[in-house]
Amino acid sequence: MSILVTPQTRLLVQGITGAFGARHAQLSIDYGTQVVAGVTPGKGGQIFEHRGVKVPIFDTVAEAVRETKATASAVFVPPPFAADAILEGVDAHLDLVVAITEGIPVIDMIKVKRAMQGSTTRLIGPNCPGIVTPGEGKDSHGGCRIGIAPGYIHKRGNIGVVSRSGTLTYEAVFQLTSRGVGQSTCVGIGGDPVNGTSHLDVVQMFMADPDTHGIIMIGEIGGSAEEEAAEWIKAHGTKPVAGFIAGATAPPGRRMGHAGAIVSGGKGTAQAKFDAFRAAGIGVAATPSEMADTLLKMM
Amino acid sequence: MNIHEYQAKQLLKQHGVAVPSGEPCKTVAEAKAAAEKIFAAGHTLAVIKSQIHAGGRGKGTFKHGFKGGVKLAKSVDEAVNFAENMLGQTLVTVQTGPEGRVVQTILVAAAEKILKEFYLAVLLDRANSRPLIMASTEGGVDIEEVAAHTPEKIIKEWVDPAVGIQPFQARKIASGLGLKGDAFNGAVKLIMGVYKTWWESDASMVEINPLAVVETPSGKEAIICVDAKIGLDDNALYRHADIQAMRDLAEESPLEIEASKYALNYIKLDGSIACLVNGAGLAMSTMDIIQHFGGMPANFLDVGGGASKDQVSAAFKIILSDPNVKAIFVNIFGGIMDCNVIATGIVEAVRETGLKLPLVVRLEGNNVAAGKATLAASGLTIISGDTMADAAKKVVAAVAA
Repeated sequence: MSILVTPQTRLLVQGITGAFGARHAQLSIDYGTQVVAGVTPGKGGQIFEHRGVKVPIFDTVAEAVRETKATASAVFVPPPFAADAILEGVDAHLDLVVAITEGIPVIDMIKVKRAMQGSTTRLIGPNCPGIVTPGEGKDSHGGCRIGIAPGYIHKRGNIGVVSRSGTLTYEAVFQLTSRGVGQSTCVGIGGDPVNGTSHLDVVQMFMADPDTHGIIMIGEIGGSAEEEAAEWIKAHGTKPVAGFIAGATAPPGRRMGHAGAIVSGGKGTAQAKFDAFRAAGIGVAATPSEMADTLLKMM
Repeated sequence: MNIHEYQAKQLLKQHGVAVPSGEPCKTVAEAKAAAEKIFAAGHTLAVIKSQIHAGGRGKGTFKHGFKGGVKLAKSVDEAVNFAENMLGQTLVTVQTGPEGRVVQTILVAAAEKILKEFYLAVLLDRANSRPLIMASTEGGVDIEEVAAHTPEKIIKEWVDPAVGIQPFQARKIASGLGLKGDAFNGAVKLIMGVYKTWWESDASMVEINPLAVVETPSGKEAIICVDAKIGLDDNALYRHADIQAMRDLAEESPLEIEASKYALNYIKLDGSIACLVNGAGLAMSTMDIIQHFGGMPANFLDVGGGASKDQVSAAFKIILSDPNVKAIFVNIFGGIMDCNVIATGIVEAVRETGLKLPLVVRLEGNNVAAGKATLAASGLTIISGDTMADAAKKVVAAVAA
């Protein structure tokens, strides 16, 4: 098993005809993911073709869901239109919407989160690398890859990875795979201050997943999501968790690349997050080079 | 993006918020005219405020010896004297660093008789993704201190984004601040306006400190924003042409402006080891690991997920124009990005810039073997690191040597 998605998950791509969306739709098809539909308003009826796989394009998500039974979506729509695209997926009752788009205005996301109250759709992101549930094939081929992560670095296995950062997720996955240890699912929750799914949400899913035996949780400065997850783990955790927080050396008041990575008003420091990890019995990697080893020593 | 106090007050005023009458001035003549207007209107004091994007202005000192970036003038002549000492001069405050900032604009405003000071701010509460209004009777002081020592003195009111701020919420806050009569009614209108400024401008933060109950020249009580600070959501600037026009490039680091032209995310720091990394999280971690092994990072630099050769080349030029840099650490995890493209970019950049400093490169990921071969075949002295830790140790050692 895995969390959120399986190799059978039927994926639609919103913004499949844009350069970015098209490139990653192709890579997902190459990885063996079930890309069943594309959505680009005004291009309904066209076909997105890649290596013999023909993906029908629809004008609306509702139509794509009706015709193809897609249950998950990857959003590659430019920032000014991304909130609308996310809510279109919610309206179509998708199980999962993964928003890759970077640069969505905060107020748009505040509205999206409010509008999603009571909905059954789960939003991952925005500004995230997406989700990978590795497959059984060579270089983990045959898995479900939603987003922009490099599929080939993964390996099917039993470690869950959750992170706000893309490249730092790849770093952790690569360390695990290089040591012969595979992953159940890897989730990038994104670097924005308002996101759909938190560290805590993903940690709870991993704790409930019988095929996840250990968790790597990667955070960064800003907000208090890592502390919340640590507190829950302290009270309810049943599996080993190791982690790292990026940004100990970041100057206060500056946004470090990610819109959400900022220490403001003395809040959201790396120190406070590391302290919360230690208090919860989470293994703290002294450097990002030791994320996998720190977890494996605990298992 | 940050804007000046006078610009923040313009935005607030557009949303019906009371601010002291005053004008931004770029010349002494403008300052004189503005001061004359204020005294003619019956005010007995004018305040002359240096406009820079840094706090601590009042306690700052100009490089030519003049003390105070914010001064109270009792006459037009005094206002002119202050304007002469501020405009074109370099103000050093606790937040500017020793290099200080040149004051291009001053705000000349009526100084009201302050009866009581308060604090008011609107920001995003990340814990529940809702706008949060914070207010306190402890105005004019450091709110972080208040939050740390007397959190009960901070009033919090969350706004439901589906319906926006309701007047009763503003009344709750005004009542919590102990306001009565004219000041109470004025505060309700002001709080509504401050919230609307935050929402409609796509601000990340609106902070009024102090908010004050003042006695007007006619002897009435009124509530106004004595100081104001607004930070804006960069991602939303595309829909606010008026706010984009408020950007003051003189307040930004020239290297950071140059980097933004190439879509590079660069932040200058004080250390000696320059970093060039792909991805924000990895870039932060690279700074951290340098410090872990005893070095100090010279910058944060994220070249993004799909860096081109041109970007790598521009990035090298930017980090090399920092005179403190003694060594360079390139840390690339090429997931989708081709490591060989990066390696080619590095080799070209090193040749173009005639780099003499130690360069440590850690490449991992897609097509890494070809990338490493390109570096090896270049004939350049590039130190290779196998892991982040290995490379970090090598770059710290190179600086220490």
